[in-house]
Amino acid sequence: MNKKLKSNLITYGMVLVAFVIMQILLSTGHISSLFKGLLVPICVYVVLALSLNLVVGISGELSLGHAGFMCAGAFASAFFTKCTMDTITVSGLRFFLAILIGAAVAAVFGILIGIPVLRLKGDYLAIVTLAFGEIIKNVVNAFYIGLDSKGFHFSMKDQFSMGMEPDGQIILNGPQGITGVSKDSTFIIGVVLILLTLFIVLNLIDSRDGRAIQAIRDNRIAASSVGLNITKYKLMAFTVSAALAGAAGALYSHNLATLQASKFNFNTSILVLVFVVLGGIGNMRGSVIAAVILTALPEMLRGLADYRMLIYAIVLIVMMLFNWAPKALEWRERYLGQLFKKTAKEGK
Amino acid sequence: MKKFGKVLSVLTAAAMVAGTMAAPVAAEDTFKIGSSGPLTGPAAVYGNAVMNAIQIAVDEVNEAGGVNGANFEFNPQDDEHDAEKAVNAYNTLKDWGMQMFLGTVTSAPCIAVEAEAANDNIFLLTPSGSAVDCITGGDNAFRVCFSDPSQGTASAQYIGNNGIGEKVAVIYDSSDVYSSGIYGTFQAEAANQPFEIVAAEAFTADSKSDFSVQLQKAKDAEADLVFMPIYYNEAALILQQADQMGYAPTWFGVDGMDGILSLEGFDTSLAEGLMLLTPFSADADDELTKNFVAKYEEKHGEVPNQFAADAYDGVYAIKAALEQSGATPDMDASEICDLLKVGMTEITIDGVTGVGMTWSADGEPSKEPKAVVIENGAYKGM
Repeated sequence: MNKKLKSNLITYGMVLVAFVIMQILLSTGHISSLFKGLLVPICVYVVLALSLNLVVGISGELSLGHAGFMCAGAFASAFFTKCTMDTITVSGLRFFLAILIGAAVAAVFGILIGIPVLRLKGDYLAIVTLAFGEIIKNVVNAFYIGLDSKGFHFSMKDQFSMGMEPDGQIILNGPQGITGVSKDSTFIIGVVLILLTLFIVLNLIDSRDGRAIQAIRDNRIAASSVGLNITKYKLMAFTVSAALAGAAGALYSHNLATLQASKFNFNTSILVLVFVVLGGIGNMRGSVIAAVILTALPEMLRGLADYRMLIYAIVLIVMMLFNWAPKALEWRERYLGQLFKKTAKEGK
Repeated sequence: MKKFGKVLSVLTAAAMVAGTMAAPVAAEDTFKIGSSGPLTGPAAVYGNAVMNAIQIAVDEVNEAGGVNGANFEFNPQDDEHDAEKAVNAYNTLKDWGMQMFLGTVTSAPCIAVEAEAANDNIFLLTPSGSAVDCITGGDNAFRVCFSDPSQGTASAQYIGNNGIGEKVAVIYDSSDVYSSGIYGTFQAEAANQPFEIVAAEAFTADSKSDFSVQLQKAKDAEADLVFMPIYYNEAALILQQADQMGYAPTWFGVDGMDGILSLEGFDTSLAEGLMLLTPFSADADDELTKNFVAKYEEKHGEVPNQFAADAYDGVYAIKAALEQSGATPDMDASEICDLLKVGMTEITIDGVTGVGMTWSADGEPSKEPKAVVIENGAYKGM
């Protein structure tokens, strides 16, 4: 068994063990309502962090518009579910299709945005992705779509200018978004999605394409000199990442009864980026752990009332220093390295 | 070094698993009311107003001997005006043993929480969630405030019936559920009224500091009345900028306008003649309002707004419904919910936001909106 496979298996195993522990706690009723409610959001953020890590860590491009893809996936899938409520009555099948549609729509957005954006690099790329993320959000905000016996009605002004029949149902109501999406997301589906995401991302990294993507990240000039098509490989990573974010969006939108585009703003993009940076850029296992901890932590700290956001921020700073400051790394090497010398040898 | 990270994560994971364990809920002899609202972030002013007012009302009820011999216990939680966080807050309250939910403060989180509460059969009374969908998820949900559509319709009828404008311009926030909801029903009702909407200008939350374009369009369309279904912060800017332009139509607002007189740094003379439909006016001279405003000012150093007033009435509505249905604190949340569903429709309340308030089974309150006009820096009934 080679090193890489072993490391990947540990990552899969970690998710599975966490899943089994949670299932046991759930079935025996030893779990608080708060945590029960957090399980699906945690899955959403884990998938998001993994997908963003593909762009930031493996492709080496700083993207600040990840919430935009999540938004596209969330709205596309919720829209599909609302429209097919009566025609597809098996909720499992409907949700499966909704996730596929969410991923596909987000992937299309990924390609559309990727084509112009990936010709840029560094800070320029970061700024343009930020702008595109906001564009997706604002476009969704501007649409009003209704469905009645005569078919779809569409407006960009307000819900009343659609001229709907009285029996009609407004599906997408501009800034008010979509309400009343059936709650199909479950913890099991979330975990399956995490495993699937891990499988896609880890296999992409180890594939020929993945190595090309990493070669471009490490040295663009050298990579293009050996004939790698830079735009193609970057676009590949970007699109896969967008599709996975779209799937996460579908999971998100089917967990809450209300969905509004304002949620998918710059802050959400940054939040996901924080998970990635804190977990380690390019480190998939780290992303999973960071997303779980940082999603659950602010809720676990509710007992501290007003101080919780302060403490959360301090934890962020401390974790960041601990993980990345050169002196902290040196200190860890010197003192803690001793403690774990033996195990560390096996591990590496 | 990597190993240490692993050990650390295992420890954290263990700590978190411990944190997920359900705490046993002991039977208490108090009614537990939970609420969630934005206590931090841009909408915090509304959340804090509601929580302060609930606390005042809860203290009053407890001092006066409680409900059916039992006291109220109140637990406020922060939801940051975010649907996802609101569900977390709601679940936290469930772990605490909440029996009734007096929230949420804002509309979008309320829709998400109501879906959960309907599922759990926990009684929900939102003081200020005004979107229609806030209480349509189940028969367990009621509200204290007016719904958005009823405000828009009432405003249009008021303007039409009293003939205060012929050419009406509307300035509204298209990114806000509250504002666009009111505008929607206002313009639907306007078709039946003797006035004409000559301009409908939108702004969004991302660009709410300069209104000169919207005002210029209203002025060019010769509007003699400007309807502003928005919150007072933006309305104050609009009034200032209109004054600089020398544009002086009749201004008309809804309950979000309440609070404009206590806005810091705002020249209240600009608001002279501003009309608004609101269920609550802090200057009313009935005993209830006087008592509430005095207590609120003493504790928090500011005049309570309409959100606070709705929340205050919410506590008394719950109290009355509990007494009506004879609920006792040892019942679980679902039993209390079943009793309150019936109890709420049987009570009549005189509160600070209306006299003789009643509720129908669909959860909507029935009370009269009051129209007030600002004269000499104070509300005056019309």
